Amino acid sequence: MNKNTVEIDFHPELELLRNRTETLRSLPAFDEKLNETGLHPLTPTGLDILQVNVGYMCNMTCKHCHVDAGPHRKEIMPRKTLQHCLDAYDMGGFKTVDITGGAPEMNPDFRWFVDELHQRGAHVIVRSNLTILVTNPKYRELPAFFAERGVEVTCSLPFYNRVTTDRQRGEGTYDRSVEALKLLNDLGYGKDGSGLELNLVYNPAGAFLPLPQQELEADFKRQLRDKHGVSFNNLFTITNLPISRYLDYLLRSDNLNDYMVTLVNAYNPVAAEKVMCRNTISVGWDGRMFDCDFNQMLLMPVEAGDSNATYIQNFDTETLMKRRIRTGQHCFGCTAGAGSSCGGSLA
Amino acid sequence: MSNSYYDKSHLAKFGNITELQEKLGTKFFDYYNAVFEGGELSAREKALIALAVAHTVQCPYCIDAYTETSVKHGISEPEMMEAVHVACAIRGGASLVHGVQMMEQAKKLTM
Repeated sequence: MNKNTVEIDFHPELELLRNRTETLRSLPAFDEKLNETGLHPLTPTGLDILQVNVGYMCNMTCKHCHVDAGPHRKEIMPRKTLQHCLDAYDMGGFKTVDITGGAPEMNPDFRWFVDELHQRGAHVIVRSNLTILVTNPKYRELPAFFAERGVEVTCSLPFYNRVTTDRQRGEGTYDRSVEALKLLNDLGYGKDGSGLELNLVYNPAGAFLPLPQQELEADFKRQLRDKHGVSFNNLFTITNLPISRYLDYLLRSDNLNDYMVTLVNAYNPVAAEKVMCRNTISVGWDGRMFDCDFNQMLLMPVEAGDSNATYIQNFDTETLMKRRIRTGQHCFGCTAGAGSSCGGSLA
Repeated sequence: MSNSYYDKSHLAKFGNITELQEKLGTKFFDYYNAVFEGGELSAREKALIALAVAHTVQCPYCIDAYTETSVKHGISEPEMMEAVHVACAIRGGASLVHGVQMMEQAKKLTM
């Protein structure tokens, strides 16, 4: 195990989700549900997406953020670790590199990393909070930088109106997001035939599940076009997982029991079969590998033998393909209803 | 068994009514689901109608359910309250319009 890192078997939040109340204790374990539907133990189907969390620093402090990202976070992936990610990509196999954060743009080596991936012909996704792109001149150049390299831009926009968006993400977010979307549209992003893909991510601004993705996408497209002349390719609906800042919100608003009951009752085996952890490796800022970004926040690294094997510099396809995916009650968030992943609904 | 007449957990068990009279229950839910599919009215419009009716029939399950549906559709709280006032106006108006009957009957009965 590397120094300065902590590995714990059972994160306090996982314990809380299992045992905090009588209602929570009465719920079936996620593994039991998997077992009932013939999916236990959950195992990988491939290694298609390398999701790299390049740091938890962000210009925003959104109420729902599972990363607990914000200006106060100092965890930033160093260039050496980014290079290890490139080495893992070079070993072949991954189709997509999905760069996330925090605001990934705030990593000082962000442009270098994107350039390196571009030179390798990788399909690159950048998860942007939109507002960073209009924050100051340094970041205003980024839409053009993305366009020149054919980067897929996937942006957060919780709703197509100001009130809901600003309530979740802070005052002024909606207007700045629309400004950034217009910048991206002007470069061809989200326009038919441009080859520049612009996707939006919706997540509920409260303790409820998303509406059906297709229905919401149609509403978003119509509203953003009519109100602002903005267009985009796809809307991804993502369910909020009960961890980190969103868990705090559920506790403070006395919604945790009801929310967990909703997630468990909505368990969908079709979604469970397609969960993203089965074809993704998530890498944390310190180089540790996880089954997903949520497990990263819960400090549950991949189950890959000794702890050295959990670091990206020791990436080994065979070991990772043989692993069992680590689960907990939070996983009900990805299997509820139509399912949820970084690419939207699953079923 | 709950000690109060309304139990929040019953909403999630609504589907259990098909355990008795399965055919009728299934027909009801098929109909119910078809009503809320997109049609001439949008799902958003239907959510607001359902919210107003929920207040008229004073069903706590329906109020919880259609408040949530309304929130999911991005319907603001002032919009929701306006829908409740529509329900109230119709309900109150329905009482008051009978006042005409009272007035006419009273007129007929008196000199």
